[in-house]
Amino acid sequence: MKRELTIALLFVLLLAGCEREDRPLRSDPVLNENREAIALATNSPGPTGPVEYKSGTRGEYEKVAFHVSQGKKLFTWYNCSGCHANGGGGSGPALMDDVWIYGSAIENIAASIREGRPNGMPSFRGKVPEDQIWQIAAYVRALGGFVSSDVASSRHDQIYAHEGEARLPSPSPRTSNQPGLAQPK
Amino acid sequence: MRFRLTLAAASILFFTRDCLASQSTLDPQGPQAEHLARLFWIFTGVCTFVWVAVMIVLLAALIRRKAERPDPLQLEPATERRSAAVVGGAVVATLLTVVALTALSYLSQRQLFAREKPAVTIKVTGLQWWWDVRYETDSPDQTVTTANEIYVPVGEPVTVKLAANDVIHSFWVPSLFGKQDLIPGQENEIQFKASRPGVYRGQCAEFCGWQHAHMGLLVVALPSPLFQQWMKLQSAPAAPPQDPIRKKGAEIFESKACIMCHTVRGTSAGSRVGPDLTHFGSRQSIASATLPMSRGNIAAWVVDPQGIKPGVNMPNVSIAPEELDPLVSYLAGLQ
Repeated sequence: MKRELTIALLFVLLLAGCEREDRPLRSDPVLNENREAIALATNSPGPTGPVEYKSGTRGEYEKVAFHVSQGKKLFTWYNCSGCHANGGGGSGPALMDDVWIYGSAIENIAASIREGRPNGMPSFRGKVPEDQIWQIAAYVRALGGFVSSDVASSRHDQIYAHEGEARLPSPSPRTSNQPGLAQPK
Repeated sequence: MRFRLTLAAASILFFTRDCLASQSTLDPQGPQAEHLARLFWIFTGVCTFVWVAVMIVLLAALIRRKAERPDPLQLEPATERRSAAVVGGAVVATLLTVVALTALSYLSQRQLFAREKPAVTIKVTGLQWWWDVRYETDSPDQTVTTANEIYVPVGEPVTVKLAANDVIHSFWVPSLFGKQDLIPGQENEIQFKASRPGVYRGQCAEFCGWQHAHMGLLVVALPSPLFQQWMKLQSAPAAPPQDPIRKKGAEIFESKACIMCHTVRGTSAGSRVGPDLTHFGSRQSIASATLPMSRGNIAAWVVDPQGIKPGVNMPNVSIAPEELDPLVSYLAGLQ
């Protein structure tokens, strides 16, 4: 009797392996339009900083390995490397250092992709579906070393100069959520 | 226009003849497939004969019981000689059969891998879960890029260079030739001929992910003059839309996520992530031979690709209800 109970319990344990993470493939087209209010510039008139509204739900994206790896694939497909050169920076700023001009939070990165930024970053609103923007933002977070190493990928599909995102050092963001532009080293 | 009508008539003719695009190793439509089919039947015949013979001998041995001899260790020279002859004969026959089949297989392989000067060279790249098809020609302006459909001239050798961009796929059109893998970082090559005009269905034959089963392709064999006309039509850029609905559709296409992945030659859409759509409307199927080409299916695919092929790399893009009809008209009109 005891043995059967142990075996049954072991089978119950197997259930823990189910649904490790959710892979939503069919995003809701109406929810797609749900945007969070993020200040486009870090300076504002008056003594108070710009008002930002973050629901926090989008933070779920950087906790799911599937989203981060999809973001990595889309980063190449949508030619983000054309300016950001695999995160190392070219005509666009580097994404794997500790300098974040417009904030390092996932909401800020998603806003940068969706709305664009002055001096070169184009707006991808309407060109990239909303959930893909969040996936790319989650990957950019991984490039910056903000994503836990069991979620970030540990190897690349192609030959890269740097190691997988899971092995990158995580720098402490110097300018996250601070008013004023970052001063590069 | 006349060519399109001829093509339509020809495809109707082929489809009514077979009802379905042929996809069977036992229905060979070219010399390469014939070699394989012949080999298959010979092997099946020989193996069946051997199996039946062995079963008969085994049954005979079970049924025919000998009386027990007084001294089992005593040798009988006549029986010994007969046994030696039978076993020796069986061993020789086995060896001969194996050698003959090996030789036959080797000779067929030589035929399959014999190379002629190709009339057409095509580069096929396997991707999750579709086929990128490029016709290599001497001048770049003649180069034809299409997807999931390979047009070939009847009776002429066609060389296919096989590559892959993500994982290993396998290129297999059973009625025309055997499987050949598409491996990232390596270029394989296959050569085949189609003996008769027709539409032959192919299929990825190496498990390559979730939608592996929906990674089909069509090989359309046309008489040489029709094929040349097809090449000419396909190498041209997309004709700019004339009627207002299609013009609006083109605007929608170029302002939405479509242009992040697709190419329509002659427009600003030039991305190479997804299939080239320059002459999308002239194809017989959509989504890698998953759905037949029709306005309804295009609409269904554009609105909800994840419902038709879950996990496919085309995302669900939000399209307003009034945008769908112009977009579908634009896509269907890309002849």
